[in-house]
Amino acid sequence: MNKILEKTYFSDKVVQLIVDSPLIAKSRKPGNFVILRIGEDGERFPLTISDADPVRGTITLVVQIMGVSSSKLVALEPGDCITDLVGPLGKPTHIENIGTVLAAGGGVGVAPLLPIVEAFKKAGNRVISVIAARNKDLIILEDEIRKWSDEVIVMTDDGSYGRQGLVTAGMEEIIQRENVNECIVIGPAIMMKFASLLTKKYNIPTQASLNSIMVDGTGMCGACRVTVGGKTKFTCVDGPEFDAHQVDFDEMLMRLGGYMQEERKASEIYSQKH
Amino acid sequence: MSLNPDYLKEDRSQAWRAELRAKTKNKDRTLIPRVKMPELAPSIRVKYQDREVNMGLELDQALKEATRCMDCVNPTCIEGCPVSINIPKFIKYIEKGEILNAAATLKETNALPAVCGRVCPQEKQCESRCFYVEKTDKPAVAIGHLERFAADFERESGSSNIPETAKPNGIKIAAVGSGPASLSFAGDMVKYGYDVTVFEALHEVGGVLKYGIPEFRLPNAIVDFELDNLRKMGVKFETNYIVGRTSTFDDLREAGYEGFFIASGAGLPRFMEIPGENYNGILSSNEYLTRVNLMGAALDDKDTPVLKGKNVAVIGGGNTAMDSVRTALRLGASRAMIIYRRSEAEMPARVEEVKHAKEEGVEFMTLCNPLEYFADEKGRVNGMKLNRMGLGEPDSSGRRRPIVIEGSEFGLDVDLVVVAVGVSPNPLVPSCLPDLKITKWGTIIVDEEKMQSSISEMFAGGDIVRGGATVILAMGDGRRAAENMHEYIQNKANN
Repeated sequence: MNKILEKTYFSDKVVQLIVDSPLIAKSRKPGNFVILRIGEDGERFPLTISDADPVRGTITLVVQIMGVSSSKLVALEPGDCITDLVGPLGKPTHIENIGTVLAAGGGVGVAPLLPIVEAFKKAGNRVISVIAARNKDLIILEDEIRKWSDEVIVMTDDGSYGRQGLVTAGMEEIIQRENVNECIVIGPAIMMKFASLLTKKYNIPTQASLNSIMVDGTGMCGACRVTVGGKTKFTCVDGPEFDAHQVDFDEMLMRLGGYMQEERKASEIYSQKH
Repeated sequence: MSLNPDYLKEDRSQAWRAELRAKTKNKDRTLIPRVKMPELAPSIRVKYQDREVNMGLELDQALKEATRCMDCVNPTCIEGCPVSINIPKFIKYIEKGEILNAAATLKETNALPAVCGRVCPQEKQCESRCFYVEKTDKPAVAIGHLERFAADFERESGSSNIPETAKPNGIKIAAVGSGPASLSFAGDMVKYGYDVTVFEALHEVGGVLKYGIPEFRLPNAIVDFELDNLRKMGVKFETNYIVGRTSTFDDLREAGYEGFFIASGAGLPRFMEIPGENYNGILSSNEYLTRVNLMGAALDDKDTPVLKGKNVAVIGGGNTAMDSVRTALRLGASRAMIIYRRSEAEMPARVEEVKHAKEEGVEFMTLCNPLEYFADEKGRVNGMKLNRMGLGEPDSSGRRRPIVIEGSEFGLDVDLVVVAVGVSPNPLVPSCLPDLKITKWGTIIVDEEKMQSSISEMFAGGDIVRGGATVILAMGDGRRAAENMHEYIQNKANN
């Protein structure tokens, strides 16, 4: 169970895994995530599902090496099994034909964006995607995003590929050019914060998919709580997607750093051993 | 669910029971003082998250305590037990020295005796209905300590008795969640001959017994042993499986499941919704205890981190609050405080837990209520503001209502806050069943006798029905649901 069938390096830090998981492959919807645990000493952590093949019985996960758990996951090879994998969790993305959708993905956030782009396209929308990363090596899934988009803008911080600039520059260009009915943004919290500020300025309804710290992922612990419209919500069961204009991103950024010291120490110990 | 009175009478009239009764005069029985549970010294136990505080009775202590039991004609104690253990029978087996038979008696109706002997509030249940309490001014027979003794004796003897099960009938039943309600349900259903699978969302079976109750009160190894017994009886377990999500209920129906028992628990932790509550270092008791108990976060070789505090405030007065504050002490807090808005008399925690917490050095700040939290520049909590409270007239819970004392605000330095003010039902499973009737609080509506929900082949029990109760009440629900689902399935087959 949960056997890794394929492993592809998008860059030295970003890896795509195709995992045998027939039940989740059948039941997942765009926007859903899974919780994983690697090894008996491992922690539980969430990853959004980036694709699934119900016929083959597989789900696709994209992971960026950040700390101990992502390193342990990336250390697995085809044939190895993920110790624990549970899902699909979270509310699926609300998909309907609303006209023009602007989808913005930053870094590894492009992976969870992909099934949403596909679903909006299949629902009959005009879909324009802006994918961004620090540099050329970190731009992922460009061809797949192109397949389901009417237009794609690639942005890199250093200009090594596509256009130079932040994701918001590409977004603003589209917004000024044509009528956009809805935005979806997925990426680092700081990117979502500024993308959200931009679309708020233009009054475009915007969904953001949040990547909070979680333990169980089923509503039990409340580690993932986030303030939305002045009310505390749980990312795992109330989200992970929320009205971006209502999300308190500053609080979210603060909470993402809640275990920074512990994480840094664990990473040091892990890298000494490996 | 009460035991058949004829069965009780018949058991009581057996020669060995009559002989035991004749052997010691009732008057002499009443003269024996109630046994005291041996405990690990507070100065030692606060250093270990995983060493049990209660050490269990020795054989001679158990034999003597069992002698106190009068083997009453009308054993009211049984009426106080949600799973209807034949209490006099198991205690008399202990008095006779046949401890394995005592353990077998427990397992007739209780799938988890070693667990219940540790965590049940016996003082509010069986022991509150004991002859000594009802008819004399002496303390009750220590039924809970004896239950634990018999279960532990059997486990340590290595000759574990597996209860008899009926011939398999091939009918597939799904239990959703693997906490005490489900385990109790599953144990009874395999006894009736069903093919029972317990589905658990987490990676470990046991529900609150694993993620919630700390090892110093209930070691995981004890839970695992009881789970193994259920496995040997034929119960199957599927972890990492959320019924309604991983597969739909319809998928399971198609796979041949004919009955469902939903016991998915009271998942969502409540917060007080006061300013600053989302600062780092403020977490729910569920999160704190799950990190430590389920994920082993206090151990160096585990990846899951846990925030440690020097000045730890735990908000609430229930058993979960006691578990949290005592955990904080064991993780190195120099000051561990319970902050409770009523007085100690209104605390829902077991008296034993409060006593243990005090012995260990927990500070009780009663009649205090949090108002606001403060944090440093990185967002980590570093202080809080509280109000002092007085008590007014009793409210709907029968406890005196706390009233704010104007102008009583004061500050407190804290670097970790654990919020243990209750839980709400987990919506994850009910939300997958649009036809299922639920209350406005999100609990599943059931027929109270049968535990049957608005969907006839679905029964439910435990915290998803009660909103927040005890292990033993959940287990009672599981037993009632099993009995009535069995009847329902038989009736369906006959029609």
